[in-house]
Amino acid sequence: MRPRAIRKNPLMAAPATAAPPERRRPSIVWTVFSRPVALTAASVIAAFVLLAVSAPLLAPSRTGRDPYVIPTVGFEMAPHPPSAGHPFGTTEDQFDLYYGIVWGTRTVFKVTLSVIGASVLIGLVLGSLAGYSGGLVDEAVMRFTDVFLAFPGLVLAVVIVALLGKGLDKVILAIAAVNWPTYARLMRGEILTIKGHDFVTAARTMGASDLRIIVRHVVPNAFFPFFVYGSLDMGNVVITSAALSFLGLGTEIGYADWGQLIALSRRWILGSPGHGFQFWYTIIYPAMAITLFVLAWNILGDAIRDVLDPRTRGGREARGGRRHV
Amino acid sequence: MSVYLARRLLFLPVVAAGITLLIFGLLQLLSPASRAMLFVERPEQATAIAAVIRKYGLDQPMYVQYWHWLDNLLHGDLGYSQSARMPVIEAIRTFFPATLELGVYAFVSIVSVGLWLGTLAAVNKDGAVDNVSRIFAITGYSLPVFVWGVLLLFIFYGQLNWFPPERLSLQATLFVQSPEFRPYTGLMTVDALLNGTWWVFWDAVRHLVLPVVTLTYFLTAILVRITRASMLEVLGQEYVRTARAKGVAESVVIARHARRNALIPTITLGGSILVGLLSGVVITETIFNYPGIGRWGANAAIQLDVPAVAGFALLVAVITVLANLGADLLYCYVDPRIRYG
Repeated sequence: MRPRAIRKNPLMAAPATAAPPERRRPSIVWTVFSRPVALTAASVIAAFVLLAVSAPLLAPSRTGRDPYVIPTVGFEMAPHPPSAGHPFGTTEDQFDLYYGIVWGTRTVFKVTLSVIGASVLIGLVLGSLAGYSGGLVDEAVMRFTDVFLAFPGLVLAVVIVALLGKGLDKVILAIAAVNWPTYARLMRGEILTIKGHDFVTAARTMGASDLRIIVRHVVPNAFFPFFVYGSLDMGNVVITSAALSFLGLGTEIGYADWGQLIALSRRWILGSPGHGFQFWYTIIYPAMAITLFVLAWNILGDAIRDVLDPRTRGGREARGGRRHV
Repeated sequence: MSVYLARRLLFLPVVAAGITLLIFGLLQLLSPASRAMLFVERPEQATAIAAVIRKYGLDQPMYVQYWHWLDNLLHGDLGYSQSARMPVIEAIRTFFPATLELGVYAFVSIVSVGLWLGTLAAVNKDGAVDNVSRIFAITGYSLPVFVWGVLLLFIFYGQLNWFPPERLSLQATLFVQSPEFRPYTGLMTVDALLNGTWWVFWDAVRHLVLPVVTLTYFLTAILVRITRASMLEVLGQEYVRTARAKGVAESVVIARHARRNALIPTITLGGSILVGLLSGVVITETIFNYPGIGRWGANAAIQLDVPAVAGFALLVAVITVLANLGADLLYCYVDPRIRYG
């Protein structure tokens, strides 16, 4: 309850120096985590991080094998229900669900962090190039982005993976290729606002080079929106990569990847006549993992955004048109 | 306005050229031999790949090849789709009406549910309805489409057998393909009514229910939130207070004074939702085995049916660019205050 009081009445809780409320920068983390929902979401993410880090302990792989390839037991096709050796059961072709989900946590972090890292990097470079140069360069870069935005995200990713072949690295490349334009646009917008500020003019009159102005003055100020958008984008990237796997255009068969586990369950979802729920475990566990992960990031991202910039409420909705269905 | 329009139209060919370049560039990732397969229509031709490479100049410089490709494209020759066993242009003609039908029904459903729920949430801000719609929205963009679709299929097809996947039952498919049935539009529900065959109409509707519900759930979530946000903004304005002070009935205030003005951001979003629906809802069509362009594109990608993949990407890009242009113009028209530099 305390932080809410601070927000509503800054004077009451203000320290003796009576600093104006917008100078309370260090309290951002505190403000985010004082919301119970956001705190829960952050704990869920922390649990996933822990799971990813301790994967070799929780699901030890046989020595000499690629740990990301799910071990199989036998060659039977039909899934087996949870048992002593397989706490979550096995899915189609006897891939162990528990092992797949534990190691899949690593895969999911690999994909999201690489894709968002690449998008941020490309977005920073192209966005600042366009925003800072203006004129013809701006026009050229923005039309280049338009070309990529002409493809609804999943379509271009599908085309790229189809042409390059399956595999985690190709999935990452494909999603990064469709993901960066939004970051470039965001960066350009930020630069356009920041460019007009007095401190940029001041730096220029002092003889700072363009590169120095961009790197030292503009980018650090434009970084917060990036941070917020990136956290909101985590869930989106996970869903896209899982969707690719679901379509059969993701990782190789047997790779520890949640989307693939769901794809493997497709044939068994209707059960057998009279036993509709027979293979429930093939879908429930991977579906829960994906949904929890995405939900946690979305909730946390929303909370961070609300705290950092209450005016942008609804910002997520504005980009909703690129939702992959 | 006219300057903006001119600028948009001027850049249209630039973006179009960029799109063809991008698709062509992606195709270059394949070896000449695999690209030669684009021109192979019969198995016996496959033995003469070297001849095909020479004939179509696949070993020539990039710009010459691009020019050839573009030339074929502009003449409507998109190659042959192995996965659909027909020319790409024919496949688009076959599968697009199905996507259009699904898209139109889903769009109507999304817009009505979205506006209704969004208004309700704004009027009852922080009330029960608002909280339910908030949960509805956050699960709507957190639950993967394929999980939800598979779940629906499990309940309503596997357990209850109410709403089957695909587009028509076998019996109806056979009837529709027979000479007794005249296809007018390619939209199954409309054609069935025009032919006066109620049972085919019912059959088509039953098959549309699950995909429409799935799409509505995922895409309404966003619309609800944005309608709510803009309704709240408008409801706080002075002219709304004036209307209330005059004693105008609350329902009229909401429907006539507030919602009309709150619709502006909704229109842009609606435009992009429609674009998404028409450019192939890949996952939804795949789950429900619905024969639209999305499923065709995904199947083609899995089977490495390159001409189909290229044709699909091109079609989607064209739809997106044109529809975005349309949405922007509509936006200008609805809100004359907007001026683009």
